[in-house]
Amino acid sequence: MDTALRIDDLAVRFDGVAAVDGVSLDVAAGEVLGILGPSGSGKSTLLRAVAGLERLDSGRVSWHGADITALAVHKRGFALMFQDGQLFPHRSVAQNIAYALRLARTPAAARVDELLELVGLPGFGGRRVTELSGGEQQRVALARSLAARPRLLLLDEPLSALDRELRERLAGDLRRILVDTGTTAVFVTHDQDEAFAVSDRVAVMMGARLQQVGTPSDVWRHPASEQVARFLGYTTVLDAASSRALDPRAAGRIALRPSAVRVADGTPLTATVVHSTHSVDGWRLRLLVDSLGEVDAVAGPQHPLAPGDRVAVRYDRAAMAELP
Amino acid sequence: MGGDRHTVTAPARVRPAPGTILAIVLGAGLPLAFVGVFFAWPVGAMVLRGLVENGALDLGGFGEVLGRPRTLRLIGLTVGQAALASVICVVLGLPIAHVLYRLRFRGQRMLRALIVLPFVLPTVVVGVAFRTLLRKGGLLGPLELDGTFAAIMLALVFFNIAVVVRTVGSTWEGLDSRQEEAARVLGASPQRVWWTVTVPRLAPAIVSAASIVFLFCSTAFGVVLVLGGTRFGTIETEIYLLTTQFLDLRGASVLSITQLVVVVAVLLVAARARGRRTAQRRVAAAQSSRRPRRGDAPAILVTLLVAAFLALPIVALVARSLRTADGWGIGNYLALGGTGSRNALVVPVWAALGNSLAIAVQATAIALLIGLAASLVISRRPRSPGLRRALTGFDGALMLPLGVSAVTVGFGFLITLNQPPFDLRSSPILIPIAQALVALPLVVRTILPVLTGIDSRMRESAAVLGSPPWRVLRDVDLAIGWRPVVAASGFAFAVALGEFGATSFLSRPDRPTLPVVIFRLIGLPGGDNLGMALAASVVLAAVTVGVIALVERLRVGTMGAF
Amino acid sequence: MQKRNTIIGLTLASALAIGLAGCGSTGSVSDDAQKLVLITHDSFNLSDGVLAEFSKQTGYEVEVQAAGDGGELVNKLVLTKDSPLGDVVFGIDNTFASLAVNEGVLEDYASKDLTAAEEQYLLPAGSGREQLTPIDNGDVCINVDHEWFADAGIEEPVTLDDLVKPEYKDLLVAPAANSSSPGLAFLLATVAAYGDDGWQDYWQQLVDNGVKIDAGWSDAYYVDFSGPSSEGDRPLVVSYASSPPFEVPEGSSVAPTGALLDTCFRQTEYAGVIAGTEHEEGAQKLVDFLFSVEVQNDIPESMYVFPVNALATLPEGWSDYARVAENPYVIEPAEIDENRKQWISEWAAIATP
Repeated sequence: MDTALRIDDLAVRFDGVAAVDGVSLDVAAGEVLGILGPSGSGKSTLLRAVAGLERLDSGRVSWHGADITALAVHKRGFALMFQDGQLFPHRSVAQNIAYALRLARTPAAARVDELLELVGLPGFGGRRVTELSGGEQQRVALARSLAARPRLLLLDEPLSALDRELRERLAGDLRRILVDTGTTAVFVTHDQDEAFAVSDRVAVMMGARLQQVGTPSDVWRHPASEQVARFLGYTTVLDAASSRALDPRAAGRIALRPSAVRVADGTPLTATVVHSTHSVDGWRLRLLVDSLGEVDAVAGPQHPLAPGDRVAVRYDRAAMAELP
Repeated sequence: MGGDRHTVTAPARVRPAPGTILAIVLGAGLPLAFVGVFFAWPVGAMVLRGLVENGALDLGGFGEVLGRPRTLRLIGLTVGQAALASVICVVLGLPIAHVLYRLRFRGQRMLRALIVLPFVLPTVVVGVAFRTLLRKGGLLGPLELDGTFAAIMLALVFFNIAVVVRTVGSTWEGLDSRQEEAARVLGASPQRVWWTVTVPRLAPAIVSAASIVFLFCSTAFGVVLVLGGTRFGTIETEIYLLTTQFLDLRGASVLSITQLVVVVAVLLVAARARGRRTAQRRVAAAQSSRRPRRGDAPAILVTLLVAAFLALPIVALVARSLRTADGWGIGNYLALGGTGSRNALVVPVWAALGNSLAIAVQATAIALLIGLAASLVISRRPRSPGLRRALTGFDGALMLPLGVSAVTVGFGFLITLNQPPFDLRSSPILIPIAQALVALPLVVRTILPVLTGIDSRMRESAAVLGSPPWRVLRDVDLAIGWRPVVAASGFAFAVALGEFGATSFLSRPDRPTLPVVIFRLIGLPGGDNLGMALAASVVLAAVTVGVIALVERLRVGTMGAF
Repeated sequence: MQKRNTIIGLTLASALAIGLAGCGSTGSVSDDAQKLVLITHDSFNLSDGVLAEFSKQTGYEVEVQAAGDGGELVNKLVLTKDSPLGDVVFGIDNTFASLAVNEGVLEDYASKDLTAAEEQYLLPAGSGREQLTPIDNGDVCINVDHEWFADAGIEEPVTLDDLVKPEYKDLLVAPAANSSSPGLAFLLATVAAYGDDGWQDYWQQLVDNGVKIDAGWSDAYYVDFSGPSSEGDRPLVVSYASSPPFEVPEGSSVAPTGALLDTCFRQTEYAGVIAGTEHEEGAQKLVDFLFSVEVQNDIPESMYVFPVNALATLPEGWSDYARVAENPYVIEPAEIDENRKQWISEWAAIATP
């Protein structure tokens, strides 16, 4: 697969503080790359720098080998979709979608219909954008971005403004559309479910730097650092001694998700409940496991648990990861 | 790769599209040049004339003039009446803003439009209307307010309450009421909610409006001259006296500078408050308005009373204009086709109206062109704080014409605009220019907030989709901004129509404008002339109302809001 | 909604077009005729065709530019001494004549048509005699509402002394001396009558007797005076000797108001050639023209003041209702110039505390 977008040592500084600090990244043609990170990590700035909306303090952006760092925003042939769509309020849905087509002076009507079908809003062409719901607006924004077949589609937290159910549904649709149209895309999010659902590869960005790049399952199973692990939901990181107690083969520390330790019946491992709270599937607990120390744990709803209770636990290795 | 990192040269910059630099320079340069040549230069020349004695700067004048008891008294009076009027306008304006912008009822839009009307009426007209009301024998005669401080207060409030209502109202309309609801649920009484939640959120708008009202009141000229009689004056009227009667340019300069210092200080306060306001989130008006409830009764009462107060002078004016020598009738209006009893005028009144309209159109075109250019430039948000500060300063500089005496500007024109390429002294373009100067700040205040309110990401979306900068301007800024542009032109037109101070200074006898004609008719003996003056005033007021009502339909809330 | 906005847009666009069309027609005087600029005050007016007559006679077109009144006019001339506003000035009155002369804004030319009959209007030598030609005369006098006094059964006052008598309490309204030209004239009348040391007491008495001070003449005359065109309740007002004819109703021969001729201050208006003019000869001709019988006859009906030319004739009815005072108060222009500022500020302290 040839490299479509290449970012070399890109840095962007605001008032002396680095928002993006020496990031290097490759995106292959047709690939969907997700940039995952907490807010303030610089991921949106990175995206905007790729679009040409931010001035680089150092580094390069190239497209298929050609340096486009100095190329004007409107000449790059990219598309950018924001969290809240930013549809033009004074135009109808069809007019919004056709915007880029008109600029490129290509006939619009057929393509608009095609796109509306693609995003699941057939017949919406004549509607005013102010009448649409949040999800519908994002779909139209997506259609608008795709209309002129952009070389690269950039998405800035495209689903963050939607509620959970809609988000999940739209994430799946988004991936399908991107793959079906073969669009190279980079999108930015703070929601790991979203990143993992939509991306081919995930880049974790924290503190203005890239911490790790890899396929979703790679990143999931082998977080590159404690920081990344915590961000990905590994709530407990054991020290070296406890890690070896848990798994003698462990060379580094082990990170645990809450679901790594589960209350079960009749196992030799025991723990004391420190405190417990109800959760959707049962209990979330803080246990003092004899050999490990305090860890987060879960339990099914059938075990009434109070602080001080002694319980038996078992481990779920799939919810553990070894840190380098 | 690692070794290169420290020796790599700075990355190539995105070069701005051709013409962008030119557009920005033009956009900022044109307004600056306009204000510089036609405002800063004449005013500066007049002020220097007074301070330079035999070629050397003589600042002794400051001590001398400011030390005169009369001067100190006037400064105190100016600040005092402006402050008091501002307070009254705020106290009365808040309930009215509540009724007109937070409640929903029939005829609301018409009321909102009507409240702007006093603001654009010519001072001459209002002066006569108020005098007619207040003197012995007039409708409010028994109150014995003629020639008192209270009369001036009434007139100042009459003119300026619109500023508070529209400024505070348009902000209030966009405020999310959920904060108040949260406080109520937490147990706060309505009064507590008002003082601890609502007022702090409205504070920037209130401060902004109050400072602008203060500005208008402290520089009020015609009103104070007509109603203050001889006991009350302001710095402005004193400048007028010193310049025209005594040719005491030194005194006039010192006072001009004093006035400028006060104006700049007030504008800074207003600008800071404005900055805080734009940072607040806005919600759609529909969300925040509700039907009137019983608890709104006091506010509605205040609104009705103030509306009656605002209508009274106008009603008196119309009534008086219908009184002819033969009793009631439209004789005065019919006489407008002539030139007044015993050739009072050079041209018939309708011709003067035509002149007014033509000149106002030219003034509007100038003010709009320059105001739009300035607004487009100021609404950009540059990265560097230095540039941002420069833009704020630019914005402030454009507001200065609001606060400087028409006399100073008029005389300044005479002594500066007399050499080529600016030998415009006898050119007819000078009047539209002077009117445009007065209208420019209003145009900017109407258009700019809407442009700054456009999310920059919308522009970015368009840019990434392939629009070059000029197209972004067209497809986003102008597509959203055309409404305030039209509203601003209507507003500027109405203000230019009624402008009197500068125009009377520069007007030519064969092409008078309507306010000048009205003033002339009032100044000549013969009862018919007075009737004609009043009829012409009503016509002028009607045209102004008509224009404002027309642009009000565009529902641009920033019009008249500061 | 769209349609309405379109209509608004079209309306404003067409207004713009009309206005800009008007822009083109703000034409200037044709270049082949010679042009004279006459700087005058706001009340200047002559009947149609009078100035055209001048053009026919001399070939000069006259462009009239209003430049404010009285003091404003002179001050503008002083300010623009280095690049004169025009060629001829009309409207300098005796209260400001000295200032104009001292500042050197006038050329030395007085109309050669002046005769001994106009001697009473001429300024003293050194104070304008050589530079200014009298054109009209509008004495400032107390106007009295005959009907009011008849109804009230009180004798009308006659002299300035009468005005402070108790029976005339609260009956007088006067425009302010510091913002109105007739107001200033009235002040000067009292200075002339009571002297530099006595007028202050007189004014204090006037104030104690309830005189009302208005900012401008039109307020005093139209709002506070009780005459037929006015709405007020004070039957004594400072106005012009030429005001009464205008209150006479059509077809009537009874004047409801009159002027108290013992209270008048002479106010004469002059014309002169502006220093630095490029059309000296034409300017002189225009000054002569203003003094000519033709213009002098037109003046009463056009500007409501009396002509000064002894050969001029008053319009019909004027002599019945309007009379020129025989012994008006006068003060030397040089003296006025020297003391005006101080007199006005002293007056302000007494009359408008």
